[in-house]
Amino acid sequence: MKTYYNPDDLKKFGSITNLQKSMGDKFFSYYGEVFKEGALTAREKSLIALAVAHAIQCPYCIDAYTTDTMEKGCDEEQMMEAVHVAAAIRGGASLVHSTQMINKIKEISM
Amino acid sequence: MKSLKAQLHPISEPSFGLDLLEKSFPIDSNSSFKQKLTEIRLFPLQSTSIDILQINLGKMCNQVCKHCHVDAGPDRKEIMVRETMEYCLDVIKTHSIKTIDLTGGAPEMNPDFRWFVESIRAINPLATIIVRCNLTIILANPKYNDLPDFFEENRVEVVSSLPYFTAMKTDSQRGDGVFDKSIRALQLLNKQGYGVPGSGLILNLVYNPSGAFLPGSQEGLEIEFKKKLKEKFQIQFNSLFAITNIPISRFLEYLIRSDNYESYMEKLIENFNPAAAQGVMCRTTISVGWDGYLYDCDFNQMLELKVDSKDSQHISEFNYENLSQREIVVKNHCFGCTAGSGSSCGGTTA
Repeated sequence: MKTYYNPDDLKKFGSITNLQKSMGDKFFSYYGEVFKEGALTAREKSLIALAVAHAIQCPYCIDAYTTDTMEKGCDEEQMMEAVHVAAAIRGGASLVHSTQMINKIKEISM
Repeated sequence: MKSLKAQLHPISEPSFGLDLLEKSFPIDSNSSFKQKLTEIRLFPLQSTSIDILQINLGKMCNQVCKHCHVDAGPDRKEIMVRETMEYCLDVIKTHSIKTIDLTGGAPEMNPDFRWFVESIRAINPLATIIVRCNLTIILANPKYNDLPDFFEENRVEVVSSLPYFTAMKTDSQRGDGVFDKSIRALQLLNKQGYGVPGSGLILNLVYNPSGAFLPGSQEGLEIEFKKKLKEKFQIQFNSLFAITNIPISRFLEYLIRSDNYESYMEKLIENFNPAAAQGVMCRTTISVGWDGYLYDCDFNQMLELKVDSKDSQHISEFNYENLSQREIVVKNHCFGCTAGSGSSCGGTTA
């Protein structure tokens, strides 16, 4: 069955450089640099990536960073809390816009 | 839970796993372990010395862990007899082997365990004697409650598995209630001085992933384990060894049953690390089976792949010179020890 997303396509990610080498190489070099141990640990970065993966609803990233966070020793509770952070920001982003709605209500109401 | 052997499961036959690993996707002749070693000019893989004598005292264990490569458990009756231990003592007496590493099953369940440890210590006061203690054995029966005293008296190093610092993950791998008992046992070992800085009593923990994924950075995991075990349970330990699960026996059965076999093998192959291959533990180790036969490692022992040294396949005919120059028997399960930062009974190798 054809689907838009195929888990095996994640393995082909590196081949995006075939169509545009210099930009692709720069991206992967940058990507590698971002996830190195730094002011944040590699573990903390992996949990952020897992949360972002859920916020942007990327199935490839969810697979990749579920595995990566587990490899880095995170447990299910920590991972779920990270997803709740994403959910809270997404939900909050909707709700905080209600201030605009409230402003408009006030503007057009007697 | 019964052992695979008691269940008459096909994977309990070493040939089943070996055939699968040699013939099945994603491994073919171009991606075999031998081929990888050939590409980096390391085939045939040679022993460099014998620094470690790892002795398996038997397959009997009070636990039935889901990933156990020994397929150990209460229903396994294979244990080393005193006559075989005496052959081991002869080898320890004759050759200066730095480390004697006692494993199982639960090695403490062998009725001659204490006699054997005391005899090794009497022969070689300076050797490092390691006991791979599953922790819960200390609380399993009153006759084992004084093991921490016994370990201290004989200056034994304790190496214990603790897959995680929470009950859920630990129990999912090692059985219900194992985490709580392991924590109590670790607290008893700490009380004895084990793992306490300055005591000289070494307590190392082993982390291995509770699922079809590789261990992350050993250093990062050690920091996290030390922090959490101290905060939650006031537990201290010396070092954490991150060990990769090898695709044989119960872990192989899990991989197949959960449909993770292909992706796990792909991951091991993709992460093949030449530096880890250089530093594999088998190059400096001889593994002795419960029946005295000799192997390159505990995994080859479970796969019944004896050492490639025709005149010296049993501890009773131990020929140091030939064994220390032998070719290591390698098969595709060896990818487990060469992925990423490498894996050995002492943690990462690269």
